[in-house]
Amino acid sequence: MNFDVIIIGAGVVGGMAARELSRYDLSVCLLEKENDVATGASRANSGIVHGGYDPEPGTLKAKLNTVGVEMLYEAAQQLHVPCLHNGSMVCAFGEKEDPAVKELYERGQINNIPGLKILTGDEARAIEPNLSTAITSALHVTNAGIICPYDLTIAAVGNAMDNGVALKRNFAVSAIEKNGSGYTVTSAKGETVTGKYVLNCAGGYSDKIAAMVGDDHFTIIPRAGEYILLDKTEGSRVSHTIFQVPSEEGKGILVSPTVDGNLLTGPTALKVETPESRDTTPAGLEQVQRLAAKSVPSVNFRQVITSFTGVRSSEKGGDFIIEESKKAPGFVHVAAIDSPGLTCCVAIARYAVDLLNKAGLILTEKANWNGNRANPHAFREMTDDEKNAYIQENPDFGKIVCRCETVSEGEIRNAIRQNPGAWDIDGVKRRTRGGMGRCQGGFCGPYVMALIAEELGIPMETVTKSGGDSYMLTGRIGE
Amino acid sequence: MEKHAIIVVGGGPAGMAAAIAAYDRGVTDVVILDREPHLGGILMQCIHNGFGLHKLGQELTGPEYAAVYEKKVMERGIKVYYEATVTHVSPDKVVTAQSRQGILKFQADAVILAMGCRERSRGALNICGSRPAGVYSAGTAQKLMNCEGYMVGKKVVILGSGDIGLIMARRMSLEGAKVEAVCELMPYSGGLTRNIVQCLEDFGIPLYLSTTVAQIHGEKRLEGVTIAQVDERRQPIEETKRYIPCDTLLLSVGLIPENELTRACGIPMDPITNGALVDDICQTQIPGIFACGNVLQVHDLVDYVSEEAERAGIGAAELILNGAASGEAIPTKPGNGVRYVIPQNVRKTGNDVSLFLRVTQPFGKVKFTVTAGDQVLAVAKRLKAAPGEMEKITVKANMLENVTEPIVVALEEL
Amino acid sequence: MERNITCIICPRGCPMTVKEEAGKLVVTGFTCPKGEKYAIDECTNPVRTVTSTVRVSNRKDTMVSVKTAAPVPKGKMMDVMALLRKTAVEAPVSIGQVVLTDVFGTEVVITKAVD
Repeated sequence: MNFDVIIIGAGVVGGMAARELSRYDLSVCLLEKENDVATGASRANSGIVHGGYDPEPGTLKAKLNTVGVEMLYEAAQQLHVPCLHNGSMVCAFGEKEDPAVKELYERGQINNIPGLKILTGDEARAIEPNLSTAITSALHVTNAGIICPYDLTIAAVGNAMDNGVALKRNFAVSAIEKNGSGYTVTSAKGETVTGKYVLNCAGGYSDKIAAMVGDDHFTIIPRAGEYILLDKTEGSRVSHTIFQVPSEEGKGILVSPTVDGNLLTGPTALKVETPESRDTTPAGLEQVQRLAAKSVPSVNFRQVITSFTGVRSSEKGGDFIIEESKKAPGFVHVAAIDSPGLTCCVAIARYAVDLLNKAGLILTEKANWNGNRANPHAFREMTDDEKNAYIQENPDFGKIVCRCETVSEGEIRNAIRQNPGAWDIDGVKRRTRGGMGRCQGGFCGPYVMALIAEELGIPMETVTKSGGDSYMLTGRIGE
Repeated sequence: MEKHAIIVVGGGPAGMAAAIAAYDRGVTDVVILDREPHLGGILMQCIHNGFGLHKLGQELTGPEYAAVYEKKVMERGIKVYYEATVTHVSPDKVVTAQSRQGILKFQADAVILAMGCRERSRGALNICGSRPAGVYSAGTAQKLMNCEGYMVGKKVVILGSGDIGLIMARRMSLEGAKVEAVCELMPYSGGLTRNIVQCLEDFGIPLYLSTTVAQIHGEKRLEGVTIAQVDERRQPIEETKRYIPCDTLLLSVGLIPENELTRACGIPMDPITNGALVDDICQTQIPGIFACGNVLQVHDLVDYVSEEAERAGIGAAELILNGAASGEAIPTKPGNGVRYVIPQNVRKTGNDVSLFLRVTQPFGKVKFTVTAGDQVLAVAKRLKAAPGEMEKITVKANMLENVTEPIVVALEEL
Repeated sequence: MERNITCIICPRGCPMTVKEEAGKLVVTGFTCPKGEKYAIDECTNPVRTVTSTVRVSNRKDTMVSVKTAAPVPKGKMMDVMALLRKTAVEAPVSIGQVVLTDVFGTEVVITKAVD
């Protein structure tokens, strides 16, 4: 089939672009090299809705951040993605750092960010009593928030699919050729897809994709950030997201509640070889703990649930690169989307669609577009009486599979059946939180594997953790 | 709302023994709620033998031991709700469970918590490296092999010398996998000596003490681990790092009582055992709520789980039949060389009281002394003592009569 | 010849020593007669109980646990496993039901009921 638009990369930007394009009378295909969406930078990052005080005035980042915050909140609501308007604080430790808070405040004024306020250390501690006594001033950012990045991506892709977008997974782009009316995109396995226009949203690989059409003017620098996630018992240490002003040790480590009620600390910033470099390191985890304790000394790191590494795609220019290729007409790059990329994802998507439009893509709004998505977490949010009534009709929802996060069989089956369905264990985890709690899938792992096998009609032995060679079992006993 | 005299949360060895004991003591309106479709809990995947020697006088496998108790539950007509996961227990003893029948709510006169424990996961250990498939907690691998009939890997490294890890080393070897090594962070094994002998030595599997897994390698499936000896701060020593190719890493690094319901109920906890603070009949500090088995303290023998649960069951029944026993509560405390003592409170009821404890590190010949002020209440000698083996010391009822000061259990090496 | 043996009869794990004195094996360190016997057996004919699973042929993806009713020679454990691999049972089965007879002097029996 010849699509109007091909999107390469189902991260939060690709997913949001797919959703934006699904508003129009177009055929759209979203290509993803992995077994699921949101497996790159959108899988593991801080999940922050940034206020917009930070980007250099005049940059694309500043422009899109300022307009992007409200767009994101609106999209999150339509997509039923939990999003918390909790505000943030950027803290200074001592006289030497106080001017940095003032500088961020002033930059925020230039960027036209509402609701910024400079607090003294005591004022900050009056709002967040667990903050360190070493904090001397803080920038209070009231429009900031938190959101789950993969939840948002899954929802965006799902809503796009509900509105007719095709998702092709395990399609690793290996070649792109110009054909008469557009481009032929070939996968490593030799499958081809053709499209009149292409959006390159390939994250850590966006430079490689660009090079396939002759663009070599930017190079992605993958930077790893290590995080430590703590149990819900630590989730209320702070209610705001607590940042540190940049210092010699880097941009600082944040301490933040998550939308699920856990506490997140991190990230480090380490240049790594490839976007797949997701190792955690002793030095990194030590740094996260030490610097998190600098802001909030009472964080109890004995309550660690897991540690992980996310990889951001930076570029030496420091700004987003969103442009039509000069060598390949109708081919638009959306690259170097590092922080505040999540905050800007809707604004970026609209900006990119606008570029496609300027390149000739005709946008005719569909009459029946539905930007609202059914709430996949509806059951979780019900009262006991509502659950009781629901279980009478749907008994699978009565069977709890993940006891740590109280996730039922019905919710897991739904996650496998929904748009885009979970095809592996990590996919179930990201959609339902099943296996994400204290025991980390110790009890529910085998049950989840059996449900995946049954729903997808595949043998147990072929169930994977995250697609590809991530097999869980090596065979049947005695065979 | 359904009303019952006693609700038992969990139908594993503790829950079954507690329910049976309560019934036999005269309270027949006992209900067991279990999250699985069968009774027996984790015993059902423990197909190895070694259960019941102490309690039943015969050596049984896990499922056989469970069947002995299941039969008693059935004979007494004790009502069991299967696949009913308890989601909340309130201090006034309203128990909420979720099942295929709906949200079930019960009002009980007494609640016995017997939810067992869970395995410490990789996340809690902060092992560095990647996050591939093939890293299993030992119990998960055990379930997949023994209940579902699947192999989880072919070339295995085990971190932690807890009993489940040792048992799995043998199990995987018997099924044709190659177990390359068992690494133990501490300078001594965490498992029972008999398991070191018959699970490792029989199969020529090396046990490396003071050794840890420093890094996990592999993008999609585990490709290998870097192991290293550790220094006195338990940090890996760089020069001792060594790579072992393997497709599976099993973790047997400790069990944690599963006390989410207990905490949510507001029951005061012991930070050392991670279980509730209890008295000599396993009653928590909320009257009428009891805790027993691995949810109270991690046991190494199911036989002792059953015994502890019987005390809880009898205690709950007597509370219902006779009301709260009067009798002053004396606190217990761990002394030299002792990590914890359970129960944390002993009431003077005219009965002998058994104290359960674990030592802080391995010792040779030791003498335990139980004192209250100047008074020596009991003395017990052991040829050896290790953290992996729970000790039991009984104090005679008459010795408790005049006790007013806290009861301290301490040891001295002989 | 002296050999140190840790008893595996019960969880206590007594450390024992076996010496040969005047053509007889003498055990020290045991705390019960079972331990003494184990130490002698361990030096003359070490034995182990084998526990494993066998397939239930008429139930989808179902295994049932089994054990040797008595210990078998330690060196024959893998031979028992090979026999079990070729064995399947038909449900229903009950605890104690014999699956294989004449297995190195004992039987293999079911340890978990399948309805």
